[in-house]
Amino acid sequence: MTTTPILRLRGIDKSFGAVQVLHDVSFDVRPGEVTALVGDNGAGKSTLVKCIGGIHPIDGGEYWFDGERVQVHSPREAAALGVEIVYQDLALCDNLDIVQNMFLGREKRRGLVLDDTTMEEMAARTLEGLSVRTVTSIRQQVSSLSGGQRQTVAIAKAVLWNSKVVVLDEPTAALGVAQTAQVLELVRRLADNGLAVVLISHNMNDVFAVSDRIAALYLGRMAAQVSTSDVTYSQVVELITSGRSGDLGLAHSNGVTA
Amino acid sequence: MTAAVVPEKPELPHGPGTPKKNGAAGAASLRSAARNYVDRVRGGELGALPAVLGLIVLCVFFAVLRPVFLSELNFANLLTQGAGSIAIAMGLVFVLLLGEIDLSAGYASGVCAAVLAILLTDHGWPWYGAAGAAILTGTVIGLVLGLLVAKVGIPSFVVTLAAFLGFQGIVLMLLKEGTNISIRDDTILAVANNNLPPALGWVLLAVSVGAYAAIQLRRSRNRRRRGLAPAPTALLAVRIGGLAALGAIAVHLLNQERSRNVIVDSLKGVPIVVPVIGVLLVAGTFLLQRTSFGLHIYAVGGNAEAARRAGINVAAIRTSAFVICSSLAAVGGIIAASRGNSVDPNTGGSNVLLLAVGAAVIGGTSLFGGRGRIVDAVLGGMVVAVIQNGMGLMGYSSGVKYAVTGSVLLVAAGVDALSRRRAVRR
Ligand SMILES: Nc1ncnc2c1ncn2[C@@H]1O[C@H](COP(=O)(O)OP(=O)(O)O)[C@@H](O)[C@H]1O
Ligand SMILES: [Mg+2]
Repeated sequence: MTTTPILRLRGIDKSFGAVQVLHDVSFDVRPGEVTALVGDNGAGKSTLVKCIGGIHPIDGGEYWFDGERVQVHSPREAAALGVEIVYQDLALCDNLDIVQNMFLGREKRRGLVLDDTTMEEMAARTLEGLSVRTVTSIRQQVSSLSGGQRQTVAIAKAVLWNSKVVVLDEPTAALGVAQTAQVLELVRRLADNGLAVVLISHNMNDVFAVSDRIAALYLGRMAAQVSTSDVTYSQVVELITSGRSGDLGLAHSNGVTA
Repeated sequence: MTAAVVPEKPELPHGPGTPKKNGAAGAASLRSAARNYVDRVRGGELGALPAVLGLIVLCVFFAVLRPVFLSELNFANLLTQGAGSIAIAMGLVFVLLLGEIDLSAGYASGVCAAVLAILLTDHGWPWYGAAGAAILTGTVIGLVLGLLVAKVGIPSFVVTLAAFLGFQGIVLMLLKEGTNISIRDDTILAVANNNLPPALGWVLLAVSVGAYAAIQLRRSRNRRRRGLAPAPTALLAVRIGGLAALGAIAVHLLNQERSRNVIVDSLKGVPIVVPVIGVLLVAGTFLLQRTSFGLHIYAVGGNAEAARRAGINVAAIRTSAFVICSSLAAVGGIIAASRGNSVDPNTGGSNVLLLAVGAAVIGGTSLFGGRGRIVDAVLGGMVVAVIQNGMGLMGYSSGVKYAVTGSVLLVAAGVDALSRRRAVRR
């Protein structure tokens, strides 16, 4: 079964000053699927995600969303499309509570005044919908939460809105075994509910446990995007470390210079 | 671009659960509210606690050593003494919440006071025109400072240090190398020198307490109706009752005759600066706690990058904080001009800035950004005023007063730094 991609990137280039981090990257994300984005440290995964989220403007290439070519220049424009990013560094405000963080930048108001009751209700319902029972009070400051709880808040923030694409940058990197399992379960559930999910992870077990497709970045180039069921563990590791594996991957990886 | 409109309704990945009904018994929820508070304090969120404790200790200390400290006359003096730096400190809270500083707020108030005096006395403007122009001057100053910090990217410390020196020069130029301009306008003079009629004091108190109670009860009822846990009723009662009791004691004391010679001049009633500060306190608290703008100030101060990713215009928030700060500094300058009956090159100078920063920090506003409230400026401002006033009564020289106030600021900043370390370590 192949659904049409909701998010399509074609030929994305991105440089920071003289350093080109992304070269001609193409990337497809489909609804109802978890697409794993893998690659070595520094391969450009976070940069690609920030381009998707409108944090970094792209230098060249095409951004297609739901069959239309779009320009995304700011986080607000990405959010308006229905693209939500859970960043590696979470981007939560420690001095605000869970509800305030979930609605930051998109507060509900009645006239001039913040509508705290509505926001609290919606936040409680979303957390409950995600079967989150680990936080004691949603009026708790984020600074008092554990790593897993913070991750959960960040994910809940992403699905609170009518999002279509949710991108998670290494959501389990800092978590213990039990919390990792919980977050992965949550990731799978999002896709099963029809969202297009992008999961960045270093952990092959996690990738094979939840993903439908795997996209491998190698030194800023997209080495391959394949069905998880079509590849083996060691093929993916090869793609990550050398950019190719058998007939998969970049045509001549030794010709690629960083 | 072809961005779709975000539907207002949240789409839940799962069926919505039923919101938890929280109808816990009053006593239990009061106990849990108290426990939450203790937890927060333990976690390094001291809030107003040090300032309130400090205020009580200082008042007892001075009252024992100098009984005159407790006299009605001195109480009224305390309020009018503190009002100018409290207004400046309120503005500084906005800037401090961003983790920035405005070292020029003192002299900005001096520039604005000079503008006021020149327009009133030299040009015969009506009081509202002159006061409006003074506040507008503050707004423009804040706009320039804010743009230099937020758009050009110069550290606020440097921008406002330069402005500190520059404004000092501007005051001298405006006042023709140090002459002093006296204020003769009755309305401006009344601000820091006159009192409300005693009956009006009671009416204002009743209206304030009534409005506060109505807002609290309405919010509580609203939450209960929507199935959310309301603040415990007992806690509401304590808050409302506390406000009413403290207010009544203050109004009663201030309504006593405090003139030494009643036949010449009767002196009683709540000083007019008190409702002026009260209005600023309510407006500032509303802005910071109940509007998106206020929330964004906290967000930028807590994590500017997160705020940016949430789509908040960080530069606009930074700029407006400086605009508010300098505008409130102008109000502080007007109060100072009224209290001094004149404006001279020292208005807004010497220790004014230090006392205002001290007031905000002693009140519990963090120098690291993200934590603080407008009421901190009032509480901390009262601590500073009590120290200045009490030590004056004890006959200490200005030198000792400065040194002690400086040390108290250092202690408050130390408490701030340590409580922050404690919060981070968890
Ligand atoms: N803001 C930036 N400015 C300059 N270089 C950057 C910036 N962000 C990332 N890079 C560089 O881009 C490369 C890819 O980084 P990143 O996208 O974080 O990789 P990954 O997430 O795959 O580990 C790295 O070499 C990194 O140093
Ligand atoms: Mg990364």
